[in-house]
Parts: sequence; structure tokens; C-alpha cells
Amino acid sequence: MSEAINQPAPPLDTAAGAPDLFSRFDPLIQMRADLLASGVEDPFGLVMERVCSPTVAICNGRETILLGTYNYMGMTFDPDVIEAGRQALTDFGSGTTGSRVLNGTYLGHKQVEQALCDFYDMQHAMVFSTGYQANLGIISTIAGKGDYIVLDIDSHASIWDGCKMGDAEVVPFRHNDIEAMEKRLKRIPEGAGKLVVLEGVYSMLGDIAPLRQMIAVAKANGAMVLVDEAHSMGFIGPNGRGVAEDQGVLDQVDFVIGTFSKSVGTVGGFCVSNHPKFEILRLVCRPYVFTASLPPSVVATAYTSIRKLMHAGNKRAHLWENSRTLHKGLKDAGFQLGTQEPQSAIISVIMPDLERGAAMWEALLHEGLYVNLARPPATPANMTLLRCSLCAEHSAEQVGQIIGMFERAGKATGII
Amino acid sequence: MDRAATSARIAALIEPFNKKGIAIASETRFTDDLEFDSLTVMDFVAAIEDEFDIIISMNQQAEIETYGQLVDAVVKLQG
Repeated sequence: MSEAINQPAPPLDTAAGAPDLFSRFDPLIQMRADLLASGVEDPFGLVMERVCSPTVAICNGRETILLGTYNYMGMTFDPDVIEAGRQALTDFGSGTTGSRVLNGTYLGHKQVEQALCDFYDMQHAMVFSTGYQANLGIISTIAGKGDYIVLDIDSHASIWDGCKMGDAEVVPFRHNDIEAMEKRLKRIPEGAGKLVVLEGVYSMLGDIAPLRQMIAVAKANGAMVLVDEAHSMGFIGPNGRGVAEDQGVLDQVDFVIGTFSKSVGTVGGFCVSNHPKFEILRLVCRPYVFTASLPPSVVATAYTSIRKLMHAGNKRAHLWENSRTLHKGLKDAGFQLGTQEPQSAIISVIMPDLERGAAMWEALLHEGLYVNLARPPATPANMTLLRCSLCAEHSAEQVGQIIGMFERAGKATGII
Repeated sequence: MDRAATSARIAALIEPFNKKGIAIASETRFTDDLEFDSLTVMDFVAAIEDEFDIIISMNQQAEIETYGQLVDAVVKLQG
């Protein structure tokens, strides 16, 4: 497959002289071709042949420490979680083959929604088939024509796509800039509906939002607030409810968006809310209605995992230790990091450019370490980043090994 | 504010973003001629919004390709 997409396209001669629709991808095709021509292993073609644990896999034939997953709480191999999935497969079959609003709501879907209500101490929970669809569906449905969505410029693609799918006016502001947000809110015409969209943790640099101040400003200007806590669930906040809980403002948040594909360790997305009319969304939210619901085994594993995450204080503490140790180790080694202090389980290492970033990524892979290579346009300010995300199951010894690997690879590639 | 005055103030605001010192005319395109990337667009739009105390939503930005179209939009948004 990768061979086929590496060919910089010769202009396709269409009979009627119309342009080849794929011409728009030529710059990206060229960029990939140039990168691979330098001999570097394809950073976007990694295959995990075997997964040994939440923190170790066999990648391209090598035993590799995983430092680029979102398996923050290491729940993917939890014996109770696996057993729940196995049991659900046996009892309910491999899939629902239907929409949540028709034949696709099983007992397990209701149970996992109740688990979310209990986890967040909120009244309503709606489970989507992916986290992407949760943002897409909620944002595009609740903000309509004539309404205004005010959002951080570094928002995740699913948030932007939700904006694009809806009919509201979209107004971005500079990342985490409270004053810029306030100015825009104040300029919105009187009588228009307002939705402020924020994230707890921004996944590219691993920095958190000043939610306490931002939500206060949003509320003072009459806006509803949606916070995506995908990268904080399970370990930020006293009960793992996220950055809003940690900053004492969860009760001010109208909609929390989250995912099962990170700390929960499977796949799926959700929205929790105390809005009294929330349940109507099940009938009007198209990305919820017009897709098949999650398989029974998935909701059973999510349910079991969420219940266990409610009592995971020790794991949370260990994950924070890991984050602090890695941040300090990489900083002391001379790497430039995305945040001055560790703010989440993501430690982002800033690379000088894509070529050297890819070389460093490959050198780490040869050392036996997998991290995420993030590049424009997914990154802020067109940065190339090596994104490290820690797991509560990384041992202190593994974190020490990781720092050594970074030092060797960094010297070999001339980054430090 | 009339169109000429608005145009003059926008021209002044473009200056720091016009790295190549391209001569600005009504047909000058922000992406193709001035080579604004998405971050530059955000900063430039914020500068205009602050100057005129208006909102130019992304939906409206999508309709604005040239300097002349921007001046028209700002004149209209000021009401």
C-alpha cells in the first residue's frame, strides 16, 4: 500500500481535459516521497505484529516500548476488562448491526451510560461509536444557524469538523488566550446563542487549559460550555473526571466530551451533561442515529474499565510520577519540551524540522522505543513533535530506559 | 466610516504581515499573492477584528479571498 501512495503523480490525462481530482494531494505526496527518499523508515506505516502488554509490542520485528499510545491507565490487558468482553461476545454476539435508536441498544449500552453518569456524577450520558463522532454530533447539532461557536484555534480535528458540519458562525481565538476569547464573546450580536468549546488537555503539546478563568468568562457572557476531556479522563482531577474537576469548575460545564479509546482502553465516545433536555439529542444527532452502535464486547469492556477507573488512585499517582520523571529526564538531557512543567501524561519533544524529527523517530525505533511523530498541519505553529504519552503501567525502570534511549538517539541524530 | 477610510486602516494593518512588501490592490489575494498561512490569517483577522470591534467568523472568511472583498466585508460589518 505504501508503495502505491509514494508515487508523485504524473498528471493524469483525463479524456475531457478535466483535472485529476487527486492533483490536490500532490504536495503531500511529494513531501512523503522526499522524506522516504532520505532512507528513513515510514513513520506512518508502523505495524504492531504482536502486543505483549499495554507498554510493550513487537513492531517491525523488534521488541518495542510503547510511548506513543493513549493507553494512559493501561486498561487494555486488565483481566477483568478482558473477561467482561469475552463474556459479552459469548452472550450477545459479535455486533449489533444497528443504530442506537433502532435495534442497536443492548443492555450493555445502557449499563455503560449509567457507569458514565456515576463516574462524572452527572444525569445524562450518550455513547457514540467513536470519540470523533461524539464531537462531530454534539457540536453540529446543538449550535445551529444564527448561533456562534467560539473555540480555541488548537482544537482537535473532530471539533473543527463538528463546526464545519453545523450551520453556526465559527469564531476561533488564540490558544488559551482568555482575553481574546472574551473580546469575541462580547462582540457577538445580542440574542444569538453561544457555545464555547474548550479542551482540558491539548494533545499536541500536552498543555492544559485555564478552564477556571475561561469558563467564568464564558458564563459571564451567557455562553454554554463544552469541554473535551479526552486526554484527561481517568487520571486528572481527584476522581479522574478531568481538568475541569481538577480546577473545581466541572459543575459549570454544560457538556463533557470524552472517549473510550484512551484511558478506558477500547473504542467509543460519549457526552455527559446535566442539561434537562439532553435526551432529545438521541433523536436529532445524526452521527449518533445514522451509524451502527458499538459491539457488545466493546461496551462491556468499557463498562468494566470505567468502574475500575473510579477507584484507581494508586495508578493515577504512579502515572504522575512517570510524567514528572520523564519530563525532568528529557529536560535535563537538553531536549526542548512543549511545556515548562509536566501538565498531563503527554510530554511533547519539539524537533527542529520534519527531516530531523523523522530521523530521531527512526533512531528511537531502532533503540526499541515507539513515540508519535506529529507534523503539520496537525500541530500548532507548524511544529514537528515527538509526542510521548505515558502509561500508568510503565515501570520506573522502563521510564529510566526511555530517557537513556532518548539521550542516545538525540546524540546520534544531532538533536542534542 | 466610509470605504476609503476603512481601506486605509486595513492597508496599515496588513503591513506587518506583508513580509514580501507586495503592492496591495483590490484584487490582491491573501493566500495566493500574500502567501498567508492559517496562523497568519488568524493573527491578521484578529488585528482587523480588534481595530474595528467586529467579528469576522470563519464562515465569512471563507467568502473573502481578496483585499477588495475584505474591505467590502468590513464596511458592511460596521453597519
